Formats: sequence, structure tokens, C-alpha cells
Amino acid sequence: MELNKLKVYFLLFRFSFSISAFTFGGGYVVIPMMRKYFVKDLKLISEQELLEMAAIAQSTPGAIAVNIAVLVGYRISGLKGAVITCIGTILPPIMILSIISFFYQSFRDNNIISSLLKGMEAGVAATIVDLLIDMWQGVLKEKNLLLTLMAPFAFLANFVFNVNVLYIIIFCSVLCLAQSFIKNKLGGVESE
Amino acid sequence: MNNIIFILFVNFLKIGLFSIGGGYAIIPFIQEEVVNTHNWLSLQEYTDIITISQMTPGPLVVNTASFVGIRIAGVLGAVAATVGSILSGFIISIALYNFFKKHKDIDSISNILKGLRSSSIGLIGSAASTIILLAFFGTPSFDINEMSVNITAIIVFIIALFLLRKYKLNPILIMVLSGIVGLFFY
Repeated sequence: MELNKLKVYFLLFRFSFSISAFTFGGGYVVIPMMRKYFVKDLKLISEQELLEMAAIAQSTPGAIAVNIAVLVGYRISGLKGAVITCIGTILPPIMILSIISFFYQSFRDNNIISSLLKGMEAGVAATIVDLLIDMWQGVLKEKNLLLTLMAPFAFLANFVFNVNVLYIIIFCSVLCLAQSFIKNKLGGVESE
Repeated sequence: MNNIIFILFVNFLKIGLFSIGGGYAIIPFIQEEVVNTHNWLSLQEYTDIITISQMTPGPLVVNTASFVGIRIAGVLGAVAATVGSILSGFIISIALYNFFKKHKDIDSISNILKGLRSSSIGLIGSAASTIILLAFFGTPSFDINEMSVNITAIIVFIIALFLLRKYKLNPILIMVLSGIVGLFFY
């Protein structure tokens, strides 16, 4: 039992560390990685839970990538898990930035590094689109018109009209609250 | 020395607390605190950090905290500033998570959770579109004058997406491979 716990702690640290070390651009880019390791490989959390965590992480202050990692750790092994994934996530940037702060000029002007990073952009885009396709199929399965429309609505509001993420999330939550309220009322009438 | 560590911690706690939504939205706020109020970085250095953040792993807030911390007070400063910048997110996200889990049996709460998932997809899509624009056209905006079509990036994108959908390849492997392609074509 003790050994198992230690093993889970070690896995949490290992995966949060490597996800953080390989995730260029931060934020949502971590979600496909989290899904690969914690949902698909380890099966420690479900896809729905991951999406809920992503939503909570972005409506909370601070860095989205750190918040998601904290929630994944917390869900899997409580407060200790949260601290472990948190440390695993912030360690790579601290180390990398410490090194870069001394060699910034040569790092920025290095052709090899900049073309490597340029190439990665397209790869990052593909991993996120892959994730979006799967998740969108999940929403369609709910067969709820409001939920189906909500994803493109949130996309337009944020991407085209630059509405703050927090407002979008609050607005969507209120809509869902209203929907379940109306459904309950109608359901009540029907059963009478 | 202890004093400056404490000041770093408190100020990045404040920055972390007020940077909601992440990404590009928080750039001006951090700039106000770090460049204008405290003079910890010059504007040039701050612009450099934004570039570094795009080129390296890790979130902007954490990267800025580490960079400023190490400049002002060495490794200990970096740790103090970084921990400060993530602390509020750590506490508040766990509190929110617990709230939702505790009440998930209530119909309205579970419906809100479903809504959160759905809107989350839209927001991730928005972030993805920015990255796609940047990779394909070299600019995150729709300014025709600044756009230049990058055929290599489009081909890499299509092949990578195919490999992910069809063969469920590891995302990290995809990143490494596309980076290697970048080495040869840019």
C-alpha cells in the first residue's frame, strides 16, 4: 500500500514534470498531454473530469497550466498530490529561465533553436486540434442543444470578439443554471 | 536580503491573484507591476521575456516570476516569486473543484459542469486558432499585409493530425518530430 502510494506520487511528479518541460506556449497546450498520460495511459481520471478541470483552471487566477496540474494531482491523491504536480510543473520553467537569463542574447539569436521552435508550432496546433475533435464528439453525445451551441459561441466570443474568458465562463454557467431551472419547473408540471 | 525575498513573494502573489484568464490578456498587467511600478525590468527585458515564454515551456506568469526573481535575488528569489505567483491559483482552483464535486448530485450544478466542459472546448479552440494562424501565416491577427503563407507548416500540421487521429501517436513525439522537420526547412 505504502509502496503503491509512493509509486503514484512518483508518476504524478514524473508526468507533470515532463509535460511542463515539453509544453511550449503554456496554457491549453498541456491539455492534450494530460489526456495522453492521465486519461488514456494511466486511466486515473476521465475525459469529462479533465474538461471540467480545464474550465475551473481558466476561471481561477494564475497560470492555467499550473492550475490544471494542481487539480489533476488533487483529484488523484489529494493535497499531497496537488503539491507534487505543482512542483513538477513549475520546476522546468524555473530551471530553464534561470539558465536562459544568463544566455538570453545568444539563445534568441540561435538559428537552430528558433527553427526547431518554429517547426514545433505546427505540431502543437495538430495535437490541440486532435483533442478538440474528440472532445467535440463527446459534447454532441449529450444531445443538448444549449451545450452544442455553447462551444462555438464561446469560440466566437473569445477569438473574434476578444471577450475576457472569465465573463464567457460566468455567462455560460448562468445559462446552464437557467436551463436546468426551467427543465425542473416543466418536469414538475408534467408530473403533477 | 530577506526583506527583498518577502517583497518579491508578496508582489507576485498579487500578480498571480489578478491574472485571470491567462495568456495574452495578462501581459499589460504584469508589465504595469514589474516594469512601471517596481522597475525590476526594463521594457526591453520584459518584451524579451514574452518572447522567451513563447519559445520555452512554461506559463508567462511563472516565467516572468522566475526571471525577475533570479535577477533581483538569485535562486531563492526565483523560488519565492514563483511560489507567490501560483499560490492563489493553487488554493482557489482546489476550493472551486471541491465545491463542484460536493454538489455535483444537484441537477443545476451538474448542468453547470456540463456547460463548463462545452465552453471550455470553444476556448481551447480559440487558443488553437491563434497558434494555427501563427504557424501558418506568421501572425496571430487577420492582417492580410502581414500574412505570409507557410506551406511547410501546413503540411506538417496535416501529417501530424493524420498520425494522431489514425495511429494515436504520442503528442510529445509529434512535437519532437515537427521540431526536427523545422530544423531542415527553416
